[in-house]
Amino acid sequence: MARRAIGYWTLRALPAWLVLTAAQIIWWVSDPSNAGWHVSVLVVVSIIGIAYLIVMPQWRYRVHRWETTDQAVYTQTGWFTQERRIAPINRIQTVDMHRGPFERLFRLGNVTVTTASAAGPIHIHGLDLDVAQHLVDNLTTITQASEGDAT
Amino acid sequence: MTEPDELDRPVAPAPAPPAVPTRLAVPVDAATVPVAPVAQPVAPVGPIAPGAPVAPVAPGAEPQDTSVLTATSDQPDAGWRRLSARMLLVHPIQELRRLIGVLLVLLVVGRGDRNLWPYVGVAIVVIIGLVRWFTTSYRVTPTQVQVRRGLLRRSTLSVPRDRVRTVDLTSNLMHRLLGLSRLTIGTGLYDRKKDNDLRLDALTSSAAVRLRDELLHERDRVDRRAAVTAPDAAEGIASVPLPEPPRVIARLDPAWVRYAPFTLSGLLTIGVFVGFLANLVNQTHVNPAHVGAVRTTTDELAHLPVIGAVLVVLAIVVVVVAVLSAGGYLLAFWNFELSRQGGTLHIARGLLTTRATTIEERRLRGAEISEPILLRGVRGARAMAITTGLRVGRGAERGGSVLLPAAPAIAVDAVTAAVMGTPHPPAVTLSRHGARARRRRFSRALIVTGLLAAVLVVLWQFANWPIGFPIAGVVLVGLAIPVAADRYRNLGHALIDGFLVTRSGSLVRRRYMLATAGIIGWNERMSFFQRRAGLVTLVATTAAGRQHYDVIDLAQADAIALADASTPGLLTPFLATD
Repeated sequence: MARRAIGYWTLRALPAWLVLTAAQIIWWVSDPSNAGWHVSVLVVVSIIGIAYLIVMPQWRYRVHRWETTDQAVYTQTGWFTQERRIAPINRIQTVDMHRGPFERLFRLGNVTVTTASAAGPIHIHGLDLDVAQHLVDNLTTITQASEGDAT
Repeated sequence: MTEPDELDRPVAPAPAPPAVPTRLAVPVDAATVPVAPVAQPVAPVGPIAPGAPVAPVAPGAEPQDTSVLTATSDQPDAGWRRLSARMLLVHPIQELRRLIGVLLVLLVVGRGDRNLWPYVGVAIVVIIGLVRWFTTSYRVTPTQVQVRRGLLRRSTLSVPRDRVRTVDLTSNLMHRLLGLSRLTIGTGLYDRKKDNDLRLDALTSSAAVRLRDELLHERDRVDRRAAVTAPDAAEGIASVPLPEPPRVIARLDPAWVRYAPFTLSGLLTIGVFVGFLANLVNQTHVNPAHVGAVRTTTDELAHLPVIGAVLVVLAIVVVVVAVLSAGGYLLAFWNFELSRQGGTLHIARGLLTTRATTIEERRLRGAEISEPILLRGVRGARAMAITTGLRVGRGAERGGSVLLPAAPAIAVDAVTAAVMGTPHPPAVTLSRHGARARRRRFSRALIVTGLLAAVLVVLWQFANWPIGFPIAGVVLVGLAIPVAADRYRNLGHALIDGFLVTRSGSLVRRRYMLATAGIIGWNERMSFFQRRAGLVTLVATTAAGRQHYDVIDLAQADAIALADASTPGLLTPFLATD
């Protein structure tokens, strides 16, 4: 993973917490009684949110790994719940790269490798753009060389 | 939120498969040889000439009955065929049935005199039905199966023939009266969207059977023809061995209907019926308390002591569920027969609506044996096939891959073993998952139910909820203990004879037998608590059935060993760095 992925994960997690905070402020404005409750809930949510935004990306960065060989693609993802996925190259159906606005901002790319199983897509998030592009090209070339309908 | 659950997000709409070299179902040069169905050699009447209008046919006349089904070229207009002309009768009725609600509304709304709307409505619906027949056509080329439909929005659906995995012939009563069959082609990836399926509703039964044989057995026959040695080849088709006759693997024993009540399938029928009744009561504003029969019943019950009334109602429900389950079982599985013929499995069943599913054996990836707790109590089980092309539990596909309905567990094991072609029954001794897995079963069951009970106790104490709630909570905790114990007892896995066998569950215990050749990847999931216990859930991904089969709460080292043994070599490069 590119180290910039930490910033990317933080930024991507931010909107959800902002929405949550905004909802609470709206609630407070529309119902000004019980100010003590409002403040304490807001403080608790903010602390959890900030802790999440600091811990999650770092933790993720430590966990996330990926590797490809001529035979297989391997990833390790997650933070609180972790998952390792492995798929043989000759079972790959599609390889695509996705770049949303956040990814563009950080010059990153997300690569998704799908197999014929609905349960087996492999996501490699937060790759440096050049690395991602190279990976896609590489996998596409290897995949084309393999035969069969991959089921 | 950037929770890791985005990994579980459903895959994007079925992507086009990559450019895999298409294996031709019929080699192109072989297509020049007159490929006539072996069973009944027919004169090779040419397909309809390009561009020639299809001559109007009188109902009953079946042009496709006498012609070779395979179009001999990929020319854009050659070889398109219509559905059976008898569908001119069926389509309007089907449309009427589908739009019956709208028509009723029309009838009710315009209740004035000289109201023509209902008749106009019926006429339009009938015309829609007729148009459907005229706008639907299909053809089979050497490489593709194509279905063309739609009047304003024409669409042509093409599927490579080597993607055809299953063919399903279904005839409901109307179809059967007219000698028709609806043919559905299962192709795996494309099954998901409703309008995207390859369904021909309907062909004459003989044409449907021939098309099925052509789609599924053709390859087999070509293989065999290729196997004929060169000197024999001069004799041509005559020397091609005839397809072997079907060999029956299992038939329904009518006595098995005694297992039906234990599947509780009747509950579903009752649910539907009660829903229908409630709806009716709601809509007609009839107070059920004023209906004579209902009133006398409730009066009689009111005279009984409470316990007696509860027992009576319970007994009635039990009897009704049992009868409905048995009825449903007979309706669905009457004449059930599982047979094997030349590389395909053939499953025929049904009392009123008959259904015949044909699965290519090379698409068969394993079997699933499920034992709902009541059925397990009477040593019963049922089996389904794990096949690419038939998904589990999705709409019409549901039950399409039944290998054996509720039956004695011994019979289920034997049939499954016979289908899989392995001497080992799926009831092989399974490895246990160890004390930590057991602890996890208990902690999960007790923490969830314990929290619930605690909440209920608090509500009872502080929010004046009735005493019944905390009692129910405590009972739930008590029930969780045997369930957790059973869940642990049922956990197990084995790797035998090229099959990964894994078992889990309690209320519905399921045992999966998955061919390791069908495993197309591994996921290893570890929640925070699993990591602390040193356990993982090993997930074998596959293109068939449920798409993933889990081995729950394995020790980490065991999981890697199991995955490595199942798919030798795949994990090797990663083991060193692990």
